[in-house]
Amino acid sequence: MSSPLSPATPTCAGAKRWLIAGIILAVVVSQFSAQFNRYHLGILVDIGINIILAVSLNLINGHTGQFSLGHAGFMAVGGYTAAKISLVASPMLPPALQPVIFLVALLAGGGLSAMTGLAVGVPSLRLRGDYLAIVTLGFGEIIRVVVQNMESVGAASGLKGIPKYTSLGWTFALAAITIYFVTALVNSTYGRGFIAVSDDEVAASSMGINPVRYKVTAFVTGAFFAGIAGGLYAHHKQFLSPTGFDFLKSIDIVVMVILGGMGRTAGVVVAAILLTLLPEVLRQFSEYRMIIYSLLIIVLMMARPQGLFTWKRKKGGAA
Amino acid sequence: MSQPLLKLDQATIRFGGLTAVSKFNLEVQPCELIGLIGPNGAGKTTAFNMITGVYQPTDGHIHLNGRSIAGVKPHDLTRQGIARTFQNIRLFGSLSVIDNVRAAMQLHCKHGMRAALWRGAIFKSLEKKVEIQAMELLDIFSLGSVRDEEAKSLPYGDQRRLEIVRALATRPKLLLLDEPAAGMNPTEKEELMHLIRFIKDKFQIAVMLVEHDMTVVMGICERIAVLEYGIKIAEGSPQFIQRDPKVIAAYLGTETEKEEPANA
Amino acid sequence: MDWLLQQLINGLALGSIYALIALGYTMVYGVLRFINFAHADVLMLGAYAAYFIAPAVSTVLPLPSLTGTLIIVLLSAMICAGIGMLIEILAYRPLRQRPRLTVLITAIGVSLFIEFTCQHKAVFGADTKPFPQLLPVHDFHLAGLVIGSNDLVVVVTTLLLLVGLWFIVQRTKMGTAMRAVSYNQQAAALMGININRIISFTFGLGSALAAIAGILYALKAPGIDPLMGVQPGLRAFIAAVLGGIGNLPGAALGGLLLGLLETFAGGISGLSNYRDGIAFAILILILLFKPAGLLGKATVEKV
Repeated sequence: MSSPLSPATPTCAGAKRWLIAGIILAVVVSQFSAQFNRYHLGILVDIGINIILAVSLNLINGHTGQFSLGHAGFMAVGGYTAAKISLVASPMLPPALQPVIFLVALLAGGGLSAMTGLAVGVPSLRLRGDYLAIVTLGFGEIIRVVVQNMESVGAASGLKGIPKYTSLGWTFALAAITIYFVTALVNSTYGRGFIAVSDDEVAASSMGINPVRYKVTAFVTGAFFAGIAGGLYAHHKQFLSPTGFDFLKSIDIVVMVILGGMGRTAGVVVAAILLTLLPEVLRQFSEYRMIIYSLLIIVLMMARPQGLFTWKRKKGGAA
Repeated sequence: MSQPLLKLDQATIRFGGLTAVSKFNLEVQPCELIGLIGPNGAGKTTAFNMITGVYQPTDGHIHLNGRSIAGVKPHDLTRQGIARTFQNIRLFGSLSVIDNVRAAMQLHCKHGMRAALWRGAIFKSLEKKVEIQAMELLDIFSLGSVRDEEAKSLPYGDQRRLEIVRALATRPKLLLLDEPAAGMNPTEKEELMHLIRFIKDKFQIAVMLVEHDMTVVMGICERIAVLEYGIKIAEGSPQFIQRDPKVIAAYLGTETEKEEPANA
Repeated sequence: MDWLLQQLINGLALGSIYALIALGYTMVYGVLRFINFAHADVLMLGAYAAYFIAPAVSTVLPLPSLTGTLIIVLLSAMICAGIGMLIEILAYRPLRQRPRLTVLITAIGVSLFIEFTCQHKAVFGADTKPFPQLLPVHDFHLAGLVIGSNDLVVVVTTLLLLVGLWFIVQRTKMGTAMRAVSYNQQAAALMGININRIISFTFGLGSALAAIAGILYALKAPGIDPLMGVQPGLRAFIAAVLGGIGNLPGAALGGLLLGLLETFAGGISGLSNYRDGIAFAILILILLFKPAGLLGKATVEKV
C-alpha cells in the first residue's frame, strides 16, 4: 500500500469526517435529482452501484489477493432478496414507511448474500487460487440456475414491478459507506493482515495471522456489499432477470478492479466510473462495443496489468 | 532440570516412501542458543517445518512448554511463542518496512476489525502505541530510517534483518532462523553473529538456527545437533561435535559413502 | 433397466465429447499452468470451419459420406490447430513471465473477443445456423435400446483419438518433450528443448481435438451459433478439474463421468431443470473432498 493514492502510514486521518461529508453530499445532491434528466440520473446511479461492486470486490481480489469470479452471483442473491421483500412489504405499509422497508430489504439482501459468501468461502478458500476462481464461477452459474427455476421470483421471465426506491442519495451514501468500510478496515494494524495474506500466505501464517480467517472475512464482507449493490440495482431498474447476473457481469467488475489497480481503492473508484461511462460513449458504435471492450481487456493485460493509475515508486522496486 | 521449552520425542515425518526425519529427539531449554546442522537434504528445514506446524509429524510427539502441538496450526503456534524466518526470504513484499512489523504485531493487538471500523480515540491511541513499538524494534536493528520503503525494494542484508525483526515482533519464546547467513560475506556474517547473540540476551529467548556456515554455527551455538539422512547422529557442545568421527564422516564422506562436503 | 442402459449410452456419447475438450484444457494447463478460456471458442470455430468447408467438399464428394466427412474433419482440425497456435503466439506468449492471473484474464478477454467478433453480422452473425448432415444417420435397435449412429461415431472417434493422443504423449519425442516441459519448464529448456515449439505444438494439438469435438457436438445439436462452445466448454473444463487438472487420463475420466452424471440427472424428473447447475455442484463437492481431483496428486508447497 504505497501508491501515491494511499498514505504510506495507515492512519487514515479524519476518515470518519470524510465519510459523513460524503453521505451529506449524497443526500443534498439527491434533493436536486429532479433537475437532472432521467438518462443522466440513471447513469449516475449505475456509477454509484458499480463503485460499490468494484470497491467491495477489490477487498477480495485486490487487497487479499484472492480471485473471485462470482461477484455477480452475490449481487443476484442480494438483489432478488431485497426485491422480494419490498414487493411483499410495500403494499402492506403506509408510504411514510417506504424508506424503512427499503433499508430493511437492502440489509436483508446484503445479509443473505454475506451468509451465502460464508457458505461458499469457508470450504473453497482453503484451496489454491485458481480453484477459487472456478468455484466462484460455478457458484454464479448455480445461482442463475436456481433463480431460473424459482417461480416465486419470476423464474426465467424475471421479476417485475419492483418499487423505485433507489435514488442518488441512497446510492452514493452507500457507496461512501462501502469506500469507508474497506479503507478503514485495510488501513489498520488488523487490516495489514489482508495484504500480508495476499503477499505471502505461508509467511503470514507463521507470523500468527490466520490466512483462512482473513480470506473468509474479506470474502463475506465483499459478498455483503455486493448484495447491497444488488438491492440498489433491483430498485433502480425495477426489473430483475437471471441473465442480468451472468458471467459477463462478474467479468465487468473484475476488469474495474484490474483497471483501477488491485488494492488501490481510489483507482478502482475511478475505473468504475470510466467503465460505466464507456458503453455510453460507444453507444453509436454499439455493434462494435463488445468487441472493443474485449480488446481493451487484452491490451490492458499486455500493457498495464498493474492498472491505469499505478506508478512506480520514486525509489527502486517494481510497482 | 527445568521443563524444556521445546521437546521433540521420536518425531518422524515421511513423505510417501521417503523418511525425511526419523525418530528425532531433541530438547531446547529456555534462552538457549542451539544449532541444527547437517549436509544438504538432511532434513533440517523439514524439522523446522514440523516444529512450526507447517508439516504434521507422521509419528512421535512435539511438545511446547509441556503441551503437545499435534494438529496446532502454524498461526496458533506463533501465538504460543514460536516464530521463524525462511531460507528464501519471505517478507510481505508490497507492504512497507514498518507495516511488515505491524502485520506481525496484530497477533497481540486487542483492537481488531470493529475498532478499525469505528476509529475511536482508543483505536487511535492503540495504533500509536503499535507504531511506537514497531519503531523501537526497527531502530534496534537500524531499520528505522527506511520505515516507509517497500520491503521488496530493500537490499538483501536489510531484508534478512527485517525478517528477523518481523519474527521478533510476534514476541516469541523460541526463534527459529533458517540459514540466516546464506548469501552473506564474512563481514556481514560477523555482524550476524553479534546480532543473534544480542537477540538472545536482550529478548531472553531461545534461538535455534539451521546453518551451513560452520564459522557461524561453531562461533555462537551453545549446543549443536547434527542430522544426516533425517537421523540425528550427534549432539553436544561445538567442541565435542567438531571432534565427533561420525560428524566428520557425514561432512567429508567415508570410503564407502562418497559425498561432497556440504560446507562449501 | 432399459432406461438405465439407454441413459448410459447417451451419457457415454455426451461424456466423450466433454473428454475430448477437457484434454485440451488439461494439456495447456500442464505446460503453462493456466486455464485457456478461449479453448471453448476454438471448438465453436471448428464447427464453423466444417460448416463452410462442407459445401465445397460436397462438390467433389457427395455428402453424407464417410470419406467426405473425414476430409472436412481433417481440414477443420488443421485450421483450428493454426488458430490455437496463433492465439498462443499473439496473446499468451508475450505474457509468459507474468503472474498467472494476468494470463487468465487475458484468456477471458480472448474468449470474449472471439465470441463477440463472430457474433457480428459481418462475420458469422448471432443467429443459429443449421449444421449440414455429414454422415448418414441410422438408429440401431438392440434389445429395446436405441443407439444412434452419431452416438456410436462420437464414442468410437473419441476412443481412437484417446489412443492416438496417448501414443503421441508417451511414445514420441514430441510427447516426451511435452511431459518434460510440464514437469519443469526451466530444466527442460536447459536440456535443449525448444519450449516455444512444444507449447505451440500443445496448443495445436489441443485445438485440433477441440475442433473435432466441435464437429461431433454439432452433429448432435440442432444447429451452430457463436456461443455454442460456452456450455460444453465450461463442462469440459470442470471435467478437467474433476479428473485432476494437468492429468490426461484424468481429463478423459472426468469428461465421461460428468457426461454420465449429467445425463442421468437430466433423466430424473425434478432434477432435469437443474441440469446446468449439476456440473458445478459436483465440481464443488469434489474440490472439497479431493482438492487435487480424482487422479491428480496433491502437492505440498515447499517452504
